Amino acid sequence: MSTRTRTAETVVPFEEVMRRFDPVMGLEVHVELNTATKMFCGCATEFGAEPNTQVCPVCLGLPGALPVVNHAAVESAIRIGLALNCEIASWCRFARKNYFYPDMPKNFQTSQYDEPIAFGGYLDVEHDDGAGGTEVFRVGIERAHMEEDTGKSLHVGGSTGRIHGADYSLVDYNRAGIPLIEIVTTPLTGAGERAPEIAKAYVSALRDLLKALGVSDVRMEQGSMRCDANVSLRAKVSDDPASVEQAAVPLGTRTETKNVNSLRSVERAVRYEITRHAAVLDSGSPITQETRHWHEDTGVTTSGRPKSDADDYRYFPEPDLVPVAPTREDVERLRATLPEPPQERRKRLQADWGYSDLEMRDVVNAGALEVIEDTVAAGATPAAARKWWTGELARRANSEGVEVTAMGVTPAHVAELDGLVRDGRLNDSMARQVLEGVLAGEGGPAEVADARGLELVQDDGALEAAVDKVIAAHPDVADKIRDGKVQAAGALIGQVMKEMRGQADAAKARALILERLGVS
Amino acid sequence: MTDLTRLTAARMAEGLAAGDFTSEALTQAHLDRIERLNPVLNAYLQVDTEGALATARAVDAARAAGESLPRLAGVPVAVKDIACTVGIPTTAGSRMLEGWVPPYDATIVTRLKEARMPILGKTNMDEFAMGSSTEHSAYGPTRNPWDLERIPGGSGGGSSAAVAAYLAPLAIGSDTGGSIRQPAAVTGTVGTKPTYGGVSRYGVIALASSLDQIGPCARTVADAALLHEVVAGHDPMDSTSIDAPVPPVLEASATRDLTGLRVGVVREISGEGFQAGVLARFEEAVEELKALGAEVVEVSCPHFRYAMAAYYLILPSEASSNLARYDAMRYGLRVGPDGVDSPSAEQVMGASRDAGFGDEVKRRIILGTYALSSGYYDAYYGQAQKVRTLIARDFEAAFSQADVLVSPTAPTTAFRIGDQTEDPMTMYLNDIATIPANLAGVPGLSLPVGVADEDGLPVGLQVLAPATEDQRLYAVAAALEERLHTAWGGPVLDRAPTVESQEVPA
Amino acid sequence: MSALSRDDVAHVAMLARIQLSEAELDRLAGQLDQIVGWVGQVNEVAAADVPPTSHPLPLTNVTRPDEVRPSLAVEQALAAAPMAQEQRFAVPRILDED
Repeated sequence: MSTRTRTAETVVPFEEVMRRFDPVMGLEVHVELNTATKMFCGCATEFGAEPNTQVCPVCLGLPGALPVVNHAAVESAIRIGLALNCEIASWCRFARKNYFYPDMPKNFQTSQYDEPIAFGGYLDVEHDDGAGGTEVFRVGIERAHMEEDTGKSLHVGGSTGRIHGADYSLVDYNRAGIPLIEIVTTPLTGAGERAPEIAKAYVSALRDLLKALGVSDVRMEQGSMRCDANVSLRAKVSDDPASVEQAAVPLGTRTETKNVNSLRSVERAVRYEITRHAAVLDSGSPITQETRHWHEDTGVTTSGRPKSDADDYRYFPEPDLVPVAPTREDVERLRATLPEPPQERRKRLQADWGYSDLEMRDVVNAGALEVIEDTVAAGATPAAARKWWTGELARRANSEGVEVTAMGVTPAHVAELDGLVRDGRLNDSMARQVLEGVLAGEGGPAEVADARGLELVQDDGALEAAVDKVIAAHPDVADKIRDGKVQAAGALIGQVMKEMRGQADAAKARALILERLGVS
Repeated sequence: MTDLTRLTAARMAEGLAAGDFTSEALTQAHLDRIERLNPVLNAYLQVDTEGALATARAVDAARAAGESLPRLAGVPVAVKDIACTVGIPTTAGSRMLEGWVPPYDATIVTRLKEARMPILGKTNMDEFAMGSSTEHSAYGPTRNPWDLERIPGGSGGGSSAAVAAYLAPLAIGSDTGGSIRQPAAVTGTVGTKPTYGGVSRYGVIALASSLDQIGPCARTVADAALLHEVVAGHDPMDSTSIDAPVPPVLEASATRDLTGLRVGVVREISGEGFQAGVLARFEEAVEELKALGAEVVEVSCPHFRYAMAAYYLILPSEASSNLARYDAMRYGLRVGPDGVDSPSAEQVMGASRDAGFGDEVKRRIILGTYALSSGYYDAYYGQAQKVRTLIARDFEAAFSQADVLVSPTAPTTAFRIGDQTEDPMTMYLNDIATIPANLAGVPGLSLPVGVADEDGLPVGLQVLAPATEDQRLYAVAAALEERLHTAWGGPVLDRAPTVESQEVPA
Repeated sequence: MSALSRDDVAHVAMLARIQLSEAELDRLAGQLDQIVGWVGQVNEVAAADVPPTSHPLPLTNVTRPDEVRPSLAVEQALAAAPMAQEQRFAVPRILDED
């Protein structure tokens, strides 16, 4: 029986660890597919349904029930494999992973063992280089395989509400049998002190990729994407974590940290385990190969159970399912459905739109890539699209706590607004007022402009009269301009705009002022 | 008045269609007989009097209204307690599932219902189909109607005894290593294990998934073919189900001439270790096949001698996993360990599985768990799977020389209850001739070929055919049956003593 | 083939979640040792280059369309539960595992 520690253990400061140790990580990500039905039966997969309302003889493991593979799940698995640059098996089987656990109805999980559907791929992950730029780290993908999820237990009684100490548990099998893809990285070496960030960047990049593929909701907070982080330390023998000498050092004993269910936690949990391992090693003790639990609230991991005989899973080929043998045509057909990889797409759009690196990063961080793409497609200039979506609209979305795309303003609206500005019908401040109207549900931009009477005055006579009036009223400023201080014209333009109650084209007013004063 | 229960299923169907009697009368006749004799035979674990009569009356009404009905509509049937039946407890002969009422029907049960056959009840079996005698039922042994002190075979001894004692004209069995064929042989009845994948396994409680197959039990070859046609065919709920038309078994069961057919006698399962009376009847039957025009050749299947060992690795391995679900969490027996307050789930599982499973089930689960465990997989399970390949190759070679193969179904006639319970290994040997077919997935059928001189008990002949050629079994069996019945002046069952005439053992 | 000791049987029974009594262990250990020795015969067959057979028929790619089928009514799902509460299966406390 393992001893349990609930409080933080001794740790060594991260920077200190990095002087003496080289961290190695392995990341296992479980993704629930967003298929309509479960992996092996026709039960629905709605999140949040009433307990035990999405169960049948198959996913409840009733005597006599048999599984049948969900076609869509296999296709999603293959698409994920292809997007991760994997090879797709031409023939593979499911296997039973045997162990007893009350939330697993058959007491075996139907999974894949030594014949995964996809294997030998990679994902290039961009991360901060610490000097304002980005670096690419190639994460090796060992395999991606198909399996099924377990039910969910609610622990009742006891003091902590956690498993330990609970008097009994209540099990809901709605989640049992939902298709899962487990994506396993190779041991990631060469990351050095960037290991925690790279872990986070990888999970983030994977999430973007899966989202782009449309195969999963990838909601970490709902558990549709879950990460287990394996961490080990070995002696540091080189300042270059990717050096040949460093690679030659054997790997240390690893721990597997479970329950890492947010991007931030991925980074924190890896960092914590690195510092905890160092402290254990410094004390002269060996690392226990064990499962550990991450606690989001306290930022520590605690010991689960040691790896033991209970891990003798007695895998064997699932006799109730026949092999999966995708043809080359199937694979190529699925390859043709892959979206452009997120990074390549970003690069292409940045080049097309002429954004700086900084501008592009703001766009990505604001989650505005798609909406800008749509706005440009609807006829706006890339600059205007970026200005509206990451400026005014992002600010408002932020203050209202909603998604920028959920405010009732569409890419077509923004493109129309930009068109009105470029046609000279609206100036910038008028455009903002029009946007107000659109947000208030008063209609499209042209409609709002008409209804609110917002339109630049196109009558040159009125503008000329206003200019003459303003020059006459400010002879001192007029003199400065005549003497060549052209920048002083700004003050007069402001006055002209005031005379015109804002409905004038500022550029036209400026040209007219300079012409009247003979400096054009 | 004729005893309706003595008719063949085919004759019952004709009588119903002709209006000679009603399904209600036919069903009631069986229910009466069950009520009278089941306390002695223990062939049924559950009798569904109301359900069976309701179906019978509905069929009678439909027939009276001139509706067109399936051929076996109104002919009653018994179902081995391994198939799930809505509303009727399904236990697989285990204490673990005592009183469990499934919320769904097995596909074969759905097909029986679609065929509008009254389901009389659920028949006794060795616990989770592990055994060759039905002595390993948690609900007591079934007795052989030929001799109440003897076993009716197993695991499907309830179905074979019910059919042999006229407690049902037809019954469903399941055959993992001989559980349809060996009981048929020792009760003087007919039983078929179809090609693996020929009949849906959905809703049939799994023993060993890659070996299990469902099939018909009957008193004649034609009756077996009738039931075979009802339950066979593709089922999208079973991934291993064959998506092709059912072999023409019924048509084949009218065969009377075997001219030009090549029959192979498998040397390895037709001699050494077999009871003299069994071999004598077998050899006579082979002569009869020649007389029917068949060309008889001897074939050799050298790896069959390893079939038993491979089988007793593959079956326990798959069973250990299939039976893991009986853990006291969602259904079935739940007991706590003695003297433990607030036991854990793990402790309750351990105690419930100890209390709910019988010795034979525990032996096989432990054996299978061991064979799959790390460090032993390659030497046991892995090697057994290779032997399986070699056995399939032996069959391929044999079927290149012969259209069908024959052997005695079982090495002995029915043994006495209690004789082999202390020695599991001896009991395992009962399936020596039937197991190779399960390993290779090929179909097999057993039919009676007389009684052994030394004990007067029935002997069965096994016919084997290549996968998906199930109709060949029926062609050979039907022709041979016809010839033997003619020679004997009736079926072998006519020679069985009545149950009523026998003293009931203590 | 290595013999199966009483301790081995106890260990494997634990893996299989069967809490055998001492008397059962005594009885089963001897029988199982004999059976294990006997099934070990499969190793007399030279089969190094023989592929294993996991499925008797060479079927591949049997799948179903991703279409929802009715689930059980919750009463049916829970009908056989030894204990149920809050529309869930009530099970004894779960120890020591994740």
